[in-house]
Amino acid sequence: MTALAQTSHVAGRHLRWFIRQPWFVGSALIQPIIWLLLFGALFQNVARIPGFSTSATYLDYLVPGVLVMTALFSCGWSGMSIVEDLDRAIIDRLLTTPIHRTAIIAGLNVYELVAFGIQAAIIGGLALLLGARFEGGVLGYAALTACAMLVGATVAAFSDALALVLRTRESVIGINTLLTLPLTFLSAAFMPLALAPDWIATAARFNPVNWAVEAGREALMANPDWSFVAPRLVGLAILAILATAWATSTFRAYQRSI
Amino acid sequence: MTERHGSPSIEATGLVKRYPPDVLALDGLSLSVAPGSIFGLLGPNGAGKSTTVKILTTLARPDGGTARVAGHDVLRHPDRVRRAIGVVGQRSATDQGATGREHLALQGRLFGLSGAALRSRSEELLAAFDLADAADRLVSTWSGGMRRKLDVAMGLVHRPTSLFLDEPTTGLDPEARHELWREIAALSRDGVTVLLTTHYLEEAERLAARVAIVDHGRVVAEGTPDGLKAELRGDAVHVELRSPSDAPGAAAVIERLNGFGRPALDGGRLSARTDHAASSVPAILTALDGAGIAVAAVTVARPSLDDVYFSHTGRAYRPETAEVSR
Repeated sequence: MTALAQTSHVAGRHLRWFIRQPWFVGSALIQPIIWLLLFGALFQNVARIPGFSTSATYLDYLVPGVLVMTALFSCGWSGMSIVEDLDRAIIDRLLTTPIHRTAIIAGLNVYELVAFGIQAAIIGGLALLLGARFEGGVLGYAALTACAMLVGATVAAFSDALALVLRTRESVIGINTLLTLPLTFLSAAFMPLALAPDWIATAARFNPVNWAVEAGREALMANPDWSFVAPRLVGLAILAILATAWATSTFRAYQRSI
Repeated sequence: MTERHGSPSIEATGLVKRYPPDVLALDGLSLSVAPGSIFGLLGPNGAGKSTTVKILTTLARPDGGTARVAGHDVLRHPDRVRRAIGVVGQRSATDQGATGREHLALQGRLFGLSGAALRSRSEELLAAFDLADAADRLVSTWSGGMRRKLDVAMGLVHRPTSLFLDEPTTGLDPEARHELWREIAALSRDGVTVLLTTHYLEEAERLAARVAIVDHGRVVAEGTPDGLKAELRGDAVHVELRSPSDAPGAAAVIERLNGFGRPALDGGRLSARTDHAASSVPAILTALDGAGIAVAAVTVARPSLDDVYFSHTGRAYRPETAEVSR
């Protein structure tokens, strides 16, 4: 109970910062807008290739991929807040209070997810303006967003852990550039796996980003097969919890080194 | 809570801390702080002051030794220690994107304060530290002295029984330093135990009832500032030479004089102790003149904490004052 309350206090601190600089959410939107507008337009005819589902346009196909990629990219910067708080000795101050270590990580993750939720709503609205159809409706889009958030929570915790261990901005930038694009391309984000080489299809089966893209895309269908969505959601949730636990444990490594 | 007289608020025994690969930061450091008193840990950078504070505040773990704070073992019950202490680290731990009041609110909530109790405690501290006018401005617009006061106020929000201040006034201008001194002194009058690290001798002498001099990770002298000074026999005679290269020769001359020990060298400056400093000045001048050594100045002084420091560490005390003096 106290850990939960502390998580909300920590999240509140980050959210206040966010409310004071709302343009921050805009800067994180530039990339997904370019993907939807330019990439979506450039590749619109690939949806005619046999192997794509007949009814959907490429834009419809692209939205889940762009949303999950945005979660990866946006939440991957989470460690920057940790590095900054380390530099400003705020982590040290927190660690000498009775705060639950999990609350430091979870509070930051909650903030990342709220910020991403706002981005997801804007991306959804923009996709509709561009002519995308979400047959699964609001519920479907919410389920897709939930999938993307779970991937985001995992990546954020991963980024936090690296920040606590390596304590440099470069390490956070490194994980983002090294992970985001390969994980996205090794998935069905832009192309059905039936059309991809076998090795990519195989890699995608073990790629949580692909679980999120495929589950989210399924949820957005007219009649989603929830038995396809649910196990992937559970798998993503377990990963997010494990990553948060790992990030929390890195405080011990940090404290041993100071 | 029952007051247990005689049992110290803060007690460390034989603390050892190693940093890989081969730094021995603490080498068996022990100290004991009586409830409601101000205790000064004095020493140069790298002596082990901050490491001691980190261990006592549960931030770092020692490789050897034990410590109890507010009656709790720092290794076995770090959570209980954290509830009882306030910590002001060496660097100001403020968040540029938050106001002063928000800092106090978050800190208070982490200690379980809320609602009216939290609000009134925040107001009380903002008023006590003269920060009320700036309370709703972002801390990024505050001066260094104001931020430091906010650090101390945050450390006090939950009314801790012990407060740790790691170099609280380093980097502050003299006016802000004096203001903080007044506030720290007031804390002790309220019954808070304060452990203060500093490399300003004046600060330790001004505030602390007891002082420990730390050198190479251990306490080399401990006592009241007056007691430590009294332990030094006699007065100090400082001789400044025109040419530093004469120093070894001058030391040999002074050592041969009656009633002098071996002088300590610091560049072209020699310091020696004697029972009758004033009357021995002519003898020193005559002897040095006879040896053909030119003297720039001779001063005689009652022992200061500076001399205590010197006599225990063999080094002159040079605090990093660059940030203040320009």
